[in-house]
Amino acid sequence: MEVFVVSLLNGLVYGMLLFMLASGLTLILSMMGVLNFAHASAYMLGAYFAFTISQHIGFWPALVIAPLLCGLIGAAIEMWGLRRVHRNGHVAELLFTFGLALIIEKVVQMTWGLLPVPYRIPELLDFPLFTIYGTHFPAYRAFMLLVSALMFGAIWLGLTRTRIGLIIQAALTHPEMASALGHNVPRIFTLVFAAGTALAGLAGVIGGNYQVTEPAMAFTMGPIVFVVVVFGGLGSLTGCFIASILMGLIQTFAVVFDVSLADLLARFGFVVTKETPFAEVLTVTLPRIGALLPFLMMVLILVFRPRGLMGTRDT
Amino acid sequence: MQPRKGLSALLGFVLALAAGGTAWAQQTIKIAYTDPLSGPFAQVGDANLKQMQYIIDFINAKGGALGKKFELVPFDNKSQPSDALIALKSATDQNMPFIMQCSGSNIAAALIEAVNKHNDRNPDNRIIYLNCGAVAPELTNEQCSFWHFRFDLHAAMKAEVMVRALPKDITKVYLINQDYLFGQSVQREVKNYLTKLRPDVQVVGDELIPLGKIKDFSPYITKIKASGAQALLTGNWGPDMNLLIKAGVDAGADLRYYTFYAHLAGGPTAIGAGGDNRVLAVMPFNENVAPEIGNAEAEAFARGFREKHKFDFSSAGFRTIFEYLQAAINKAGSLDPTKIAYAMEGLSHKDFLGFDSTMRKDDHQIVSVYFVGVFKKGVKYDAEGTGLGWGTAATVLAKDIDQPNSCKMKRPKM
Repeated sequence: MEVFVVSLLNGLVYGMLLFMLASGLTLILSMMGVLNFAHASAYMLGAYFAFTISQHIGFWPALVIAPLLCGLIGAAIEMWGLRRVHRNGHVAELLFTFGLALIIEKVVQMTWGLLPVPYRIPELLDFPLFTIYGTHFPAYRAFMLLVSALMFGAIWLGLTRTRIGLIIQAALTHPEMASALGHNVPRIFTLVFAAGTALAGLAGVIGGNYQVTEPAMAFTMGPIVFVVVVFGGLGSLTGCFIASILMGLIQTFAVVFDVSLADLLARFGFVVTKETPFAEVLTVTLPRIGALLPFLMMVLILVFRPRGLMGTRDT
Repeated sequence: MQPRKGLSALLGFVLALAAGGTAWAQQTIKIAYTDPLSGPFAQVGDANLKQMQYIIDFINAKGGALGKKFELVPFDNKSQPSDALIALKSATDQNMPFIMQCSGSNIAAALIEAVNKHNDRNPDNRIIYLNCGAVAPELTNEQCSFWHFRFDLHAAMKAEVMVRALPKDITKVYLINQDYLFGQSVQREVKNYLTKLRPDVQVVGDELIPLGKIKDFSPYITKIKASGAQALLTGNWGPDMNLLIKAGVDAGADLRYYTFYAHLAGGPTAIGAGGDNRVLAVMPFNENVAPEIGNAEAEAFARGFREKHKFDFSSAGFRTIFEYLQAAINKAGSLDPTKIAYAMEGLSHKDFLGFDSTMRKDDHQIVSVYFVGVFKKGVKYDAEGTGLGWGTAATVLAKDIDQPNSCKMKRPKM
């Protein structure tokens, strides 16, 4: 029970962090069709900006300024980079963002160095909020949950209940029509891309001190975010949310259960010994492959339900 | 015909340059250095590179070897054995007598095999592999090679140091290691020495994790707490170590952490003040050893690096490698790798802290002094500006960790 409750909380925190990252990507991917490889780089930039800003004027201003900076960079990338590349099709876009991710990593290494930077959580939140079965639950994790929940609400309301959300949705499905009605479609795309990048930046600000801020953080977070987006389904914020929480919980609980295929077979009266064929594979325990489970699930969903959990069209 | 003449003149010039280049290159003793200089483990490779460069400058200022200076040539291997082999190829193409590599026993295993093959086939262009930190015991036992010299204690020796440092009141331990050659060796050896030296200690958990894949270790900490362990023993390095301890400290787990690599670049920053008196590491050197034993000269040497690069000099032990090289080359009186290798085996040396060390002849494994450092407040030199630093909790002399080996060394003709 103890392990269950604590793992549930941990899974939730990690899942919400994933959601903050993935929501921006899912916006960009579903609206513009751009598979943005540089998305996790914006996450990293957010963390580094927040680190530098918090050294001078504190964490709270950084919480606002760093995502804005990331958003501006995103807008610049869309206006002067992606828009030109866009004419050459999706492969060109994909390669463009891939190159961008490598360049950003190198720039970060040259600016802030290869070592992790001491980006710490603000003192105001540096205390255990409550203690559950002897394990501290840091207040900062609760704060992360709060920020991501607010963000989810804000995006959802913005997209479904405001005029600008309406225009964005229209521009995505029927760009020519929206343009004929007098809306500036390229500007809407820039806005969406900037907003997506800013969201990743925000995730970086609150994720950078929860994990470690170092040049490899984009590289380690990148793949899992793609899994979330594909699993949740294109164009669905709700699907993305469910997938994020699910991935967070799966990774957390996979660690806790020390079971293997051999144990499962033993239930059916089939005992695995060293002589059994594939004994090596059958006795691998769940925690050892926990980190791979999300990728396995992505493969399965692509085979059996290509549109993802709540997607509106095929990936 | 004028243009063609111009072209051949240019060609001649380029050739002359190239020839001049090689002539100049022979003035230095080149050491190819290959480690991850990009990717998730880049921080470790980069820190090593800076520290070695500092040491080489120092050794060169003292005259190098045979009147020649050492020169380090870095190659990024991105933690991939295949890239390390490309580095080896470049090194042998340029006739470099040495290749050095520190991170990753899987890479080391590939290098040993490739160096053996290369040296068999090219008796007049051989290369020596200096291993500065790949510590799977297999490399100097089953896989031992005449061309391979290891300048760090292997995992079994480190495991013994770690187990010896466990206080009497700790009776329940949890093991977490990375799921590859090195991590599995640590897992095996720690259990082995626990049975031998501390039969009262119970292993309540024993786990392997995928290398460099886990971003949040909180679930592991929950599990460790539930198991009732008092100490966590781990060979993890890089982000796998940093994130693990950070998660433990954040959760306020009442644990002591016994590590192989918490002192390396990035570790202290990730651990922070919450790790005060909880985190221990087995290490060949820390900056507080010199002031603790009152060796002012060694202290000044370490301080010089700190002032120049603004970060810790955690691997000053690399100086021993270059002092061995210097001694072996001077003893051999030649730059022929075969002669140097013969000169190096069995060589003994007093390191700059004043402790004895020996490059064992049977398996080319160094035995040297080792320390157990504890991360705490109030030491003279802090680590990575955290205000906390490594104080020496235990010192284990070379003669006490001289473990047996099973190497059957094949030696070439001189």
